[in-house]
Amino acid sequence: MKITHDEVRYVADLARLDLDEAAVDKFAGQIGEILLYIDKLNEVDTDGVDPTSHAIFLTNAFREDELVEPLDTDRALANAPEQENGCFVVPKIIP
Amino acid sequence: MQPYELTISEARKLLDQKQISSVELTRAVLARIDSVDPKLNAFLTVSEESALADAEAADRAITAGTSKLLTGIPLAVKDVICTEGIRTTCASKILENFVPPYSATVIEKLKSQNAVLVGKTNMDEFAMGSSNEHSAFGAARNPWDLSRIPGGSSGGSAAAVAADMCLGALGSDTGGSIRQPASHCGVVGLKPTYGRVSRFGLVAFASSLDQIGPLAKSVEDSAVLLNALAGHDRKDSTSVPEPVPDYPAAITPDLGGVTLGLPKEYLQAEGTDPEVGRAVAGAIQTLEGLGARCVEVSLPMTEYVVAAYYVIAPCEASSNLARYDGVKYGARANDAEDLMDMYRKTRSRGFGPEVQRRIIIGTYSLSAGYYDAYYGKASQVRTRIMEDFRQAFTACDALVCPVAPTPAFPIGEKTDDPLTMYLSDIFTLSANLAGIPGLSVPCGFSTEGLPIGLQVLAPYFKEETLIRVAGSFEQTTEFHKKRPRI
Repeated sequence: MKITHDEVRYVADLARLDLDEAAVDKFAGQIGEILLYIDKLNEVDTDGVDPTSHAIFLTNAFREDELVEPLDTDRALANAPEQENGCFVVPKIIP
Repeated sequence: MQPYELTISEARKLLDQKQISSVELTRAVLARIDSVDPKLNAFLTVSEESALADAEAADRAITAGTSKLLTGIPLAVKDVICTEGIRTTCASKILENFVPPYSATVIEKLKSQNAVLVGKTNMDEFAMGSSNEHSAFGAARNPWDLSRIPGGSSGGSAAAVAADMCLGALGSDTGGSIRQPASHCGVVGLKPTYGRVSRFGLVAFASSLDQIGPLAKSVEDSAVLLNALAGHDRKDSTSVPEPVPDYPAAITPDLGGVTLGLPKEYLQAEGTDPEVGRAVAGAIQTLEGLGARCVEVSLPMTEYVVAAYYVIAPCEASSNLARYDGVKYGARANDAEDLMDMYRKTRSRGFGPEVQRRIIIGTYSLSAGYYDAYYGKASQVRTRIMEDFRQAFTACDALVCPVAPTPAFPIGEKTDDPLTMYLSDIFTLSANLAGIPGLSVPCGFSTEGLPIGLQVLAPYFKEETLIRVAGSFEQTTEFHKKRPRI
């Protein structure tokens, strides 16, 4: 197996996903098969080849620092699951 | 002929000659949606009220003599592009009730021409998929055969154009998501060069690959739409300040002086349906008849394209989708014990299986100890794929090849076999990895009556070449005129 059940659980935890055992089992099989396929990349000689993270050659995109109207608080909060006093409300973090 | 059957260019003439009003045209399109969309599920939201308001504004502009190319034209938009005041779901439960507080730049551009937005189209959740089956709101269907996929991820937009539920549509293409559904639904789909069109307001899937583009009933219409969309945007620092040419003017009656490259790895690929092979071979003959010179070229990295893409795209997706945490927008699980539990429950319930699968692949490939072997290696292979195209374009002006190895497959056939589904993207992924523009134009039908598309690929910012080659082809063929009976 290319990826173990424990690894799937570990990675799901990093990604903040809860998987039940059936999902862990299914993903381990499917993702294992995909990762095995991806191993093909090792056939390619990439010695001295620079990696590409962006297809178009652009360096820093500068522009004038002009003041524009920002999104106002009400609209920025309009989609919040919970809000209060102009703030996003989250579950208690400090015990 | 019904008004909803018009192309954009045909409707433009009738609108400007006052033979039809935008309100009449829009009502006809909305009635068409009412009558056929229950079978197709191409729309997630129909914005009837605002569409009619758009149409009234367009009619005023036409009367005032200030009409532009898209004034009064009813268009549909893939539900991954933010529309102020109109729900934008990305076909995901996590954004089911999300109403954007602003519009994408492309929407602002359409509005500045007084185009009419009739609704938001179905797609694979967060644009991840090639079949539309990964929509949280049920798959869209292929207008040519309701038991088959329309393609994906912009399947709703392609189906809507093919079924005359709009005169043109916007999609997004991260690995073929405009070109492949266009091919499967028998319409024209164009993925511009990376950076040609602003991504501001496009919900991010894989930021180095995503690009917005048009789906239309003709090459000319797609050129008109591209003219409206293209250009630098200060709100997207990856958009490129290249001048925008007059795309419709690129169409010529013949292809004298044009050299077309035939990538042998694409044309001789195993697993390509013989009917697709025959349709593409026939199209190449037609192109030669129009005066194009054809030369064989090689893209040696072709067999590694799928592997490189399915590392890079999930890596970028896993990072981009970290923002859905139940805090600022989108759904939140309200039965959580603490913050971490809230994140986990929100994301597990909000994302469908394909999105979770890709988040896991991406997170794994980026995690400590695996980064170099997966993301690093794939990024180097990406450089070599780009080098393939650079080399090929020294010998030709554009490449022609299939869009997809088969016509549209039956719904359910590949749902539980993600790797097989990924492999069907073989001919479209490379353009996104390289950043070059590509287009699909109808070039034939299978014996079962399913459309087949021809793909044209061009060097950076050479959309005009795509439009010239495909436009000339379209003028001498009838494939794009055939419409499905629904």
